[in-house]
Amino acid sequence: MQELVVISGKGGTGKTTLLAAFASLAHNKVLCDADVDAADLHLILDPKIRQRHDFQSGHTAEINPEACTRCGLCRELCRFDAIGENFQVDPISCEGCGVCYYFCPENAIAFPLNTCGEWYVSDTRFGPMAHARLGIAEENSGKLVTLIRQQGKERAQRDGLDLLLTDGPPGVGCPVIASLGGATAVLIVAEPSVSGLHDMERVAQLAAGFNIPAMVCINKFDINPEQGKAIEAYAEKKNIAVMGRIPFDPMFTKAMVMGKTLFEYNGRSEGSDAVRSIWEKVAQRLDDMERKNSQ
Amino acid sequence: MIISVASGKGGTGKTTIATNLACSYEGSVQFLDCDVEEPNAHLFIRPDIHDVETIRTPVPEVDMEKCTLCGKCSEICQFNAIAVLGETVLPFPELCHSCGGCMAVCPEKAITETGRELGIIERGSRKGMAFIHGKLRIGEAMAPPLIRKVRENIRPDVLTIIDAPPGTSCPVIASMKGADFVLLVTEPTPFGLYDLKLALGAVKLLGIPCGLVINRSDIGDDHVRAYAEAEKVPVLMEITFARKIAEAYSRGEMPVETDDHWKAMFRELYSRIAAIVQTPIEKTG
Repeated sequence: MQELVVISGKGGTGKTTLLAAFASLAHNKVLCDADVDAADLHLILDPKIRQRHDFQSGHTAEINPEACTRCGLCRELCRFDAIGENFQVDPISCEGCGVCYYFCPENAIAFPLNTCGEWYVSDTRFGPMAHARLGIAEENSGKLVTLIRQQGKERAQRDGLDLLLTDGPPGVGCPVIASLGGATAVLIVAEPSVSGLHDMERVAQLAAGFNIPAMVCINKFDINPEQGKAIEAYAEKKNIAVMGRIPFDPMFTKAMVMGKTLFEYNGRSEGSDAVRSIWEKVAQRLDDMERKNSQ
Repeated sequence: MIISVASGKGGTGKTTIATNLACSYEGSVQFLDCDVEEPNAHLFIRPDIHDVETIRTPVPEVDMEKCTLCGKCSEICQFNAIAVLGETVLPFPELCHSCGGCMAVCPEKAITETGRELGIIERGSRKGMAFIHGKLRIGEAMAPPLIRKVRENIRPDVLTIIDAPPGTSCPVIASMKGADFVLLVTEPTPFGLYDLKLALGAVKLLGIPCGLVINRSDIGDDHVRAYAEAEKVPVLMEITFARKIAEAYSRGEMPVETDDHWKAMFRELYSRIAAIVQTPIEKTG
C-alpha cells in the first residue's frame, strides 16, 4: 500500500482543496485528514460516520483540597507553573508529566487519563475516510495523527485498497512529523510568495530528514511568477520533482462554498485542468516508485 | 498591552494584519513572531538582527557509574523518554518533555541534565520597533517551549504584537495565553468559518476579549458575519480581495508603508482594540 501525504509548511496554500480534488480522481483509496487541529476536509467530503471513538491520551493532575496539606512540594517540583498559590492545577498549563502526583506525600493528587478528542472511520462519496476532531486546546495531536493514519491503513487493507491520500497539517512540528513517518511520498503545495518559498524550504528539509521523496506544485502561480520560479528552482536543486503550476482561480473558493470538489463544480476550467494534470503526474510517480520497490 | 493575532485556519492573513498593525503604530512597539514552525513576519518587517541565541531544553544524562538500574526513572516518565535496557539506561531526548521527574526520583543521584536544541531566537529592530522571533529546529517536534522562550522577551511597558501559529492546539494556546486581546483573522468561507469556531473556543477558554478581521471579505458567503453577530464578536475590520494586495504580499511588501489609506485603516483598528481593552469589564479568566 502507498501513502501520499499532502503538506505545505505554510497554512492556507490549498492543501485541502487539492486533496479533495484528488479524491474525485484517484481510484481504490482511503482518505485521511491528518490536520486534526483544524480539520476541514469533511466540509467538502461530507463523511457518513460509521465508527466513532474517544481519543484518550495523556493525563492531567488534579489536587484533592481535602487531602492537601499545602506543603508546597508539588509547586516546587512543577516545571510548568501549572499549580497556583491556591493549590489548584491549571489544566491548560499542566504538561501531564505526573511529577506532582508521584511525589505528593499525602497522595492528594489524582492523575486521570484525558479524553482529548474523537476519531472516526466514515464513508464518503469518494470512498472510506479516517478523520478526527481534537478538542480545543488539547495536546497529543501527533499521537492522534499517528492513530488515524493507522486506522486509514487498516481500512484500506480490509477493503483491498492500495492508496492512502492524507491531508497533512501545516507547520513543521509535532503533528507534521507524525504525518510523515512511513509515508511513500509527500506532495508540497506551495504558494509563490516570499513566505511561501521560506516555508516550503523548511518543510522540504523536514521531509528530506525523514528520507521521504518529495514533489511540489505551486498554487496561484500567476500571483507572482518570479517567486513561483524561485520555488521550482529550489526544488530542482534539492531533487524535488516539480509537478506543475495552478493558476489563481476564484472557482476554487466557489466550489468550497458549495461543498463540492473542483471537478464536481466545474471540470473544465484552467484551474481544474491544471489540477488534473498534476494528479496524473503524481499518480504516475507513485506507480514508478512502486514498480521500483517491487523489483 | 499584548495583542495576539491568531486565526485557526492558516493563510487567512495573520502575518499581514500583525505586521501592518505593528508598523502603523506611532508609539513604542515590539513584535514577537510566535509561529516558530514557519515564522514569516521577518520577511515583511525586515529587521536588522542584533543577536542570535540557541535555545535548549533540559534532557537527562545518566551517569552509569552511579546507576543501579532500579528503573524508577522509566517508571515515572510519562513520555517513554528513558528506558532501562539490559545493563544500561537509555534516554530518548527527542521524546523528553523536560519535566525533571527522572532526575528528582533517582535515588542514586545518577541523573543530571544536558540540553536538546529546540531552535534559535533572533532579536533585532527596525525603526525603533523591537523584533523577536523563534525558529524551531527542523526535526524538533515541540514548539511550545520555544514559544514560551520567545514570550519571555515581552516588555510590559510597550505595545506587544504577537503573530500566533495557525490551529487551536498547544502552540496556539502558548501564543495567546496572557494576552490582553486576541485579534482573530478569518475569511468568509466554509473552512474559514469552521476553523474560526475552533479558534474562538480557545479564546473563550482563556477568557480573553477578542475581535475579528474578515480578510478577502467579498469572496465566499455571509456565514462568518452571521456567526460573529450571534457570538457577539465585534468585526473590527474588513478587507476586500484585491489582486494588487495579494501581489504586494507575495513580494514581502507592507501596504502601510506606501499607502496612507492603509495606515489610517490600521490606526483605526488599533484604536478600536484599545477601546475594547480599556473598557473596565472584569476579565473572566
